[in-house]
This record gives sequence, structure tokens and C-alpha cells, in this order.
Amino acid sequence: MSSRELILGRIKAALGDTAVPEVTRDYRPAAGQEPDIELLIDRLVDYKAVVHRSDDVAGVVASLNPGRLVLPPGLDPSWVPSGATIVDDEYQAEAVLTASTVAIAETGTIVLDGSPDQGRRRISLLPDLHICVVRPDQIVASVPDAIARLDPRRPLTWISGPSATSDIELNRVEGVHGPRNLHVVLLGGSVE
Amino acid sequence: MTTFLGMPTTAPRGVGNLRGDEPFPAAAHKALQDGQLRRNLGHATTTIRRKSGAVIGELPDWQELREAGSTLKANTMARLPELLDQLEANVTAAGGVVHWAADANEANEIVTDLVKATGHDRVIKVKSMATQEIGLNEALEAAGIAAVETDLAELIVQLGNDKPSHILVPAIHRNRAEIREIFLREMPGVDPALTDEPAELAGAARRYLRETFLSTKVAVSGANFAIAETGTLAVLESEGNGRMCLTLPETLITVMGIEKLVPTWRDLEVFLQLLPRASTGERMNPYTSMWTGVTPGDGPQNFHLVLLDNGRTAVLADEVGRQALHCIRCSACLNVCPVYERTGGHAYGSVYPGPIGAILSPQLTGVEDNASLPYASSLCGACFDACPVKIDIPSILVHLRNEVPHPRAEKAAFGAVAYTMDHPALYTRAQHAAKLSRHAKKLPPPLNGWTASRDLPEPPAETFRDWWAKR
Repeated sequence: MSSRELILGRIKAALGDTAVPEVTRDYRPAAGQEPDIELLIDRLVDYKAVVHRSDDVAGVVASLNPGRLVLPPGLDPSWVPSGATIVDDEYQAEAVLTASTVAIAETGTIVLDGSPDQGRRRISLLPDLHICVVRPDQIVASVPDAIARLDPRRPLTWISGPSATSDIELNRVEGVHGPRNLHVVLLGGSVE
Repeated sequence: MTTFLGMPTTAPRGVGNLRGDEPFPAAAHKALQDGQLRRNLGHATTTIRRKSGAVIGELPDWQELREAGSTLKANTMARLPELLDQLEANVTAAGGVVHWAADANEANEIVTDLVKATGHDRVIKVKSMATQEIGLNEALEAAGIAAVETDLAELIVQLGNDKPSHILVPAIHRNRAEIREIFLREMPGVDPALTDEPAELAGAARRYLRETFLSTKVAVSGANFAIAETGTLAVLESEGNGRMCLTLPETLITVMGIEKLVPTWRDLEVFLQLLPRASTGERMNPYTSMWTGVTPGDGPQNFHLVLLDNGRTAVLADEVGRQALHCIRCSACLNVCPVYERTGGHAYGSVYPGPIGAILSPQLTGVEDNASLPYASSLCGACFDACPVKIDIPSILVHLRNEVPHPRAEKAAFGAVAYTMDHPALYTRAQHAAKLSRHAKKLPPPLNGWTASRDLPEPPAETFRDWWAKR
């Protein structure tokens, strides 16, 4: 008998004729609320991300003095400042500029899904500065809204603020292994 | 002893970290004498309770989410065979390889063989309760393979030659000054001017592990969730060490308990709201990684998933106790428990401490191997209120107390009480006898255990029956 058959046999013996209970879903479902951009900004800032409301991505990037910059292959070229130092090797990069797939207002979370304008996962992990661009139509209100938009078959990275830890006395401290600086550029209206 | 193939079986002895060296009362007694430990724990649990309460209060539908989480897990357990089949098919279709491990020994063997087959002798690890439960690091070490823990708290425990004492923050028993000392003593190449500022300590861990992340070809992880419908796995973390392990190496081996499953992608919308708020008290943890099998050109190109039983089917066989398998390892029950807050996690002996450990460990091992744990609680019920998936921990504790083998003297004493209460004349005489012993504070052996930590209630000067007879 293989371990597979053994375990499945044990489970069936353990369950006997256990009835399958109904799942209760009385929580707030997807598409129940309008996304609130002010709430998103508040949440991002609360978790120590820096927010820029601007349509001039290249200008924001240049102002941050990103140093050696790595880019995903399908990034909008107009976002890259002229004269930027572009490197191919993420191991050598000091900063990365990516687009995003979804931003969740209620939690201040940005999700990357490995699309050509976001690149493979390691490019947004190794550099110390991550500049991430969010379009207004990518902002959703809640976690259920994000789940409804995402494709789980793509590699997904959910990012809520810069790298942090709660391991020292259970307080949140920013800056461990991932990018220690997260800058978010919100397109659609220069309020800055 | 005969073991019938296919019957639910508890976790084997002699491997893994589910059994302590001494019973809870003895271990707790020692822990209670450590004033530093109690200060550290009190500070940390107070912080997390405040943070968690604040972010839970932001959600108007927290109770509805808890109910959804609870019913989702019950639904999953009842359909486990079908859902595991589905998970296996979907992981395989996406380029992963699924292994089944009946117990800790088999899981350790599978992982060791997989690492050996890569030809490498070092693995990086993301914090994982399942691999601690089965003692994987010890097994790898015995095979000449170094296992490097990359989670900050795990690193503190590993460098300090210590044991984890909390599900989420294994080094919760250490304060910043102690962590600084461990780093100065054990971390090669550490800056001797290191202060105890948390941000500096985190920076030291970043520098120390960077080269290891970049050069290690094999990673071992656990999983918070696996989605049957799609074959997707999810790991929630904070530091980015998880992302490093899950994306940089060539080979990824994930060890997961069979109960970690959820049926559909949509179900994550419930658990991704419950877990971070109950666990670290954040609206969302800094990083969550999700992957389905292998993605060409992105991340590990060899993916193995090890599905672990190790006593879980024995838990599932208990209709009352099986709820313990709903646990999503948030550790909220530890943070609110008056017993845990005073004894710390080491006293529980198992990698699963606190209220959830007190019901999970005895069921995984068989109650006779962790007989004192169902009593490691005052039954105050705070754990039930805090649990994001509404596990009724107090009821399961009482249920397990009934399964613990009871001493013969106790049984004889309760038999005598029952007989006396059945016979009114005897009962009256017993009450008068009790009056005579008004000043006794302790019971005689073999019942003295009951009064070791309690005063005997003082009998009234006049019994109710005497008072009634005079009316």
C-alpha cells in the first residue's frame, strides 16, 4: 500500500459518515464598495511607504536618485528618466521600477503578478528601493475585490509596505530582507 | 500492538518535537521563577493584543468573517479526500511533484532524499511549524545537510541554541538586549558596535543572510494555505526572507499538513482578512507569495510538495477534537492566554504551545503522551473569543481531560462521594464529619495533590439541612 492510499484510507476511516456542512458567507462581498483612494494613501503611509500623486513617473524616479536601476521587460519606456543607469542584473541593481496589477485600499496592499511590466519576482525583491506605479483603475476597495481580479495561476506577490518584522518584542520594525524603501506613484491627477 | 493499515494513527515517538521532557506543571514551575521571561512575555503580548484589537475593530464584518472561516474549515475537513486528490492533480499539472508522508520519519526521509538528489549540502528555510514538528532540521543535519533558518526570530533561536516558544514569534521570550548579546556572540562578521535598536538588529540579520540567500540552491518551506481548485500555495511573511527562499533557489520543497487545504481560490478572501489581523495585528502582513507549480523563467524550476499526516488523521477521527485541525497558526490564543503569558511556550514541551497546543499536541501524539496539557488552562475562554476561526478550545480541553487516564485513588474517591450522596443518612453524617475538620487546609494523601495549590473550602458552621430541620 502506498502512503497516498494509506493516508486517504485513514482520512476516510476518520470521517466515517460526517456530513458536509454549508459554508456561511455573510461578510462584505466583492463589488460592494467604491475604492477610496484617500484610504489607500492613508494605509500605505501608515505602513511606511512613500506615496507620490503624479503623472510624471520619470520625474518622480529621477528625484529619488535611484542609482543602478533594473526594469521589467514590458515597462512603459516613458516612465524611465533620461540618463538613468539601467542594469540587466537585479543582483547589481540598487532600485527597481515596476507597474502593478491591483492595489487594495482597505489594507494598503499592492499585488504584482509577473506580467511583462512587472517582471519576474526576484527583480522587485533584491534591490533596496522599489518604485511601484499604480493606475487609478487598478485600485479596489477590499481583499475580496482583489481576489476577484487576480489569476492564481500567475506567480503573485502581495506587498504591504517595505520589508518589516514583528520579531523583536512584537513591534513592527521596517527593513529586513526585502526592499527597505517602497515608493508608490499613483497616476491620475497631480495633487502633490 | 497491532496497527491496522488505513486506521487513523498518532504521531510516532522518538522523532520530532511534539513531546516534552517533563509534564507541564513541573516545566511551568521552573519557568515561573524566571522574572525576565515573564517581563518579556508580558510586554510582547500586551503590545500585540493592543495592535490586533485596533485593526480587528476597523472591520465591520469581523464576526461574519470568523463564521465563514469556521464553516469553510469544517466543510474542507469533511471533503478532505476529494480535495487532496484535486490539489495533487492541479499541482502535478502545473509542473510540481506531490509526495505523501504518513508520519514524521517518512517526511524527513523524503525531504532528505530530495536534497541529496540535488547534490547540495545546504538548504535555506522559511519558518514552518510542520518542519519543526517533524524535526526536519535534526534529520537533515544527521544526513550532513545544513539547514539555515532565515526568519529573524528563528535565526535568534538557532544562533542562541535555544528552542522556539511561540508559533509566530519563536523568540518572543527574548528582549532586544538579549538578542543583541546573541548576535554579538554567535553571528560571524557582526559589527561589534551593534546596538540594541530593533532596526539595527534587523539590519544585522539582513547583512548576515544576504550571501546565503544568493548562493543556496535548495529551499524548504511550509505553507499557510493550499488551494485545491488551482494547486496554488501561499506563504504569508513579513521580512522578505520567504520571498528569497521561494524565488531565488533552483529547487523548492514545501512540507504541508494535510489540513492546510482550502477548497477554492475565492476562499482566500476570508483567510487573508482573518490571519494578519489576528496574528501580527496588521491589516496585511508585508509580503504574501503565491505560486502554482513551476513558472518557466521565474522562480524555482523544481517544485516538490510533501503532504504530511503525522497524527492528523487521529485528530480527525475525534468528532469533538477535530476542530483543532481548523487552526491557521495565527497564535492569537497564545497572546490572550493568562497561563501562556506567565509560563511561556517552553513549558508546553511541544512546538505547539499555548491553548491551541494544549488541544493539538495531545491529540497528535495520543493523549497519554501529553497527559498534563489538557490541564494547562484555567478554562477562562479568552482563547475561544480570540480565535479567528472560532475553535472552541475550552470544550475540547474538557473533552480531552475526560480521556486522560485518571489515577485510581481519584476514581475511588469519586465513587465514595457518589455512594454517600445516594444515601441521605450517610450524607448527613459526612456533613457533620466535615464540620469537625473545619480547620483542615489540606487533604490527606492520596488526595493531597488537589490541595497543593488550592485551599480546601471551609464548611459552614451549620449545614443547610440542620438549618431547614429547625424551621
